[in-house]
Amino acid sequence: MDWNFVIFSAIKIACVFAVMMTMVAYAVLVERKVCAVIQDRVGPNRAAPPFIVAIPVVGPFLVRLGIFHPLADGLKLFLKEDFTPAHVRKIYFWLAPAITMIPALLTVAIIPFGSQIGGQKMVIADLNVGVLYTFGIVSLGVYGIVLAGYASNSKFAFLGGIRSGAQMISYELAMGMSVIPIFLLVGDLSLSKVIGYQAGGGWMILKQPLAFLIFMVAALAETNRMPFDFPEAEQELAGGYNVEYSSMKFGMFFMGEYANMVMSSALVATLFLGGWTLPWFGLDQTATSVVGGLLHIGIFLAKLGIVLLLMIWVRWMLPRFRYDQLMDLGWRRFIPLALANILVTAVWLWMKS
Amino acid sequence: MIVKRNKLTFWERLYLPAILGGFKVTLRHFGNTLFRRRTAAKETAGGFYPETPWTVQPGYRGAPYLVRDQDGNTKCVSCQLCEFVCPPKAIRIVPPGPDGPIADRPNAEKIPQEFEINMLRCIFCGFCQEVCPEEAIFLQKDYSLTGTSRAEMIYNKEKLLTLGGTHPGVQKWKHTLEEAKEQEEFPVKA
Repeated sequence: MDWNFVIFSAIKIACVFAVMMTMVAYAVLVERKVCAVIQDRVGPNRAAPPFIVAIPVVGPFLVRLGIFHPLADGLKLFLKEDFTPAHVRKIYFWLAPAITMIPALLTVAIIPFGSQIGGQKMVIADLNVGVLYTFGIVSLGVYGIVLAGYASNSKFAFLGGIRSGAQMISYELAMGMSVIPIFLLVGDLSLSKVIGYQAGGGWMILKQPLAFLIFMVAALAETNRMPFDFPEAEQELAGGYNVEYSSMKFGMFFMGEYANMVMSSALVATLFLGGWTLPWFGLDQTATSVVGGLLHIGIFLAKLGIVLLLMIWVRWMLPRFRYDQLMDLGWRRFIPLALANILVTAVWLWMKS
Repeated sequence: MIVKRNKLTFWERLYLPAILGGFKVTLRHFGNTLFRRRTAAKETAGGFYPETPWTVQPGYRGAPYLVRDQDGNTKCVSCQLCEFVCPPKAIRIVPPGPDGPIADRPNAEKIPQEFEINMLRCIFCGFCQEVCPEEAIFLQKDYSLTGTSRAEMIYNKEKLLTLGGTHPGVQKWKHTLEEAKEQEEFPVKA
């Protein structure tokens, strides 16, 4: 057994997990702040630990930014009463939050979040089947929500679960098909190869804008974000699949949603925006120094952040679709478009060769 | 009525112009709030809530309190209509009974022995004010009621009367009272 591999993998997993969880917490803050600013409000600006407020200029500024609200939120969720209603199916009820959370975290494993630091590739597992693994895992995410809806034994949760089942399965098809042209171009499923191809031949968003559009919209639908947030449509379902949940079990759903968002953003950044590469200053080559390696991680996180911000912004921009419109868009628009895109790319590649 | 549904043009069906329009609107608000510091709270109330309390507009339906008449007497006659109409059953009235306290004003037969409103249940609907034949209960301007226990949130008669204050605006019985006095003083012909 190669102990070096085990130790370095463990370190990478710990780091990625920590960064991921922090991003999830602060994505919630960004969501609240962006929504507030769009709606002519100021957003969370109250949580103030006393020893931080005492710092002259920086303290009040951080408080105004609401930096401590995610900590307060987390603490609140942990301290709340964990209530299990009497009418639920207990085992599934307890299982569902975990099943929602785990796939979101598992998919991070194959995302190359940087090039190299000290001879270590900055990816937890550079699978050669790459994206297939992602889609395999992501499709498990629907079980958590359906199970939550079923186990809650309440009509609103049940409707939310049913909706989510239909929606996620429909959009998974469009999502999977939309990325096929990319792999036709690259000729490999590994995400490292996709990034390598983009470093040499321009970003995929320029070569496959249609694929980007479909993938982005399908990602919104997959993560149950606003124009497609049917499973938890507040006004229709009073909260959807998570109405019966409280405390940290609800927190798990909440974190799962945001972890899914972070994951989708990471995938978009990798597949369409060139991953950790930038076409200038030789930043598209594998880093040789530690500084270069860290810079690559920074570039990747910046791209991820931009996509994440876009996903958050869309929520406060568009109203919810009607259910039949959602299905119509998925089955009758996106799937034929994605198929046509595959065909055109294949014919173009065939003509070129 | 038949609503005519126009067929959407190609651009409208593409949905992209609508998305761009939405982006424009949200970006405008984003810029205004972030860079010009224009927030709804500042423009309407002049500041943010706990520091700058909100000015209550006339006609606002806040917490219901009992009011006294122009002479400082209890208006309520313990008819229990409000108790009956109250949708969340927040009001509880104990009528005086045959040997309870007597009314402290003329033209009233009864006065409530106890009158409680559970402010945790009250939904500020205003049915009690609407149904009251004596105009003794009014929804006033308090909207932020707090307490540290459930018992503290059940307001009794004394508390409600103190919070309600006098209501000299509506003097339902004043005219009738004067009429009655005039009749009593009317010289009876022998």
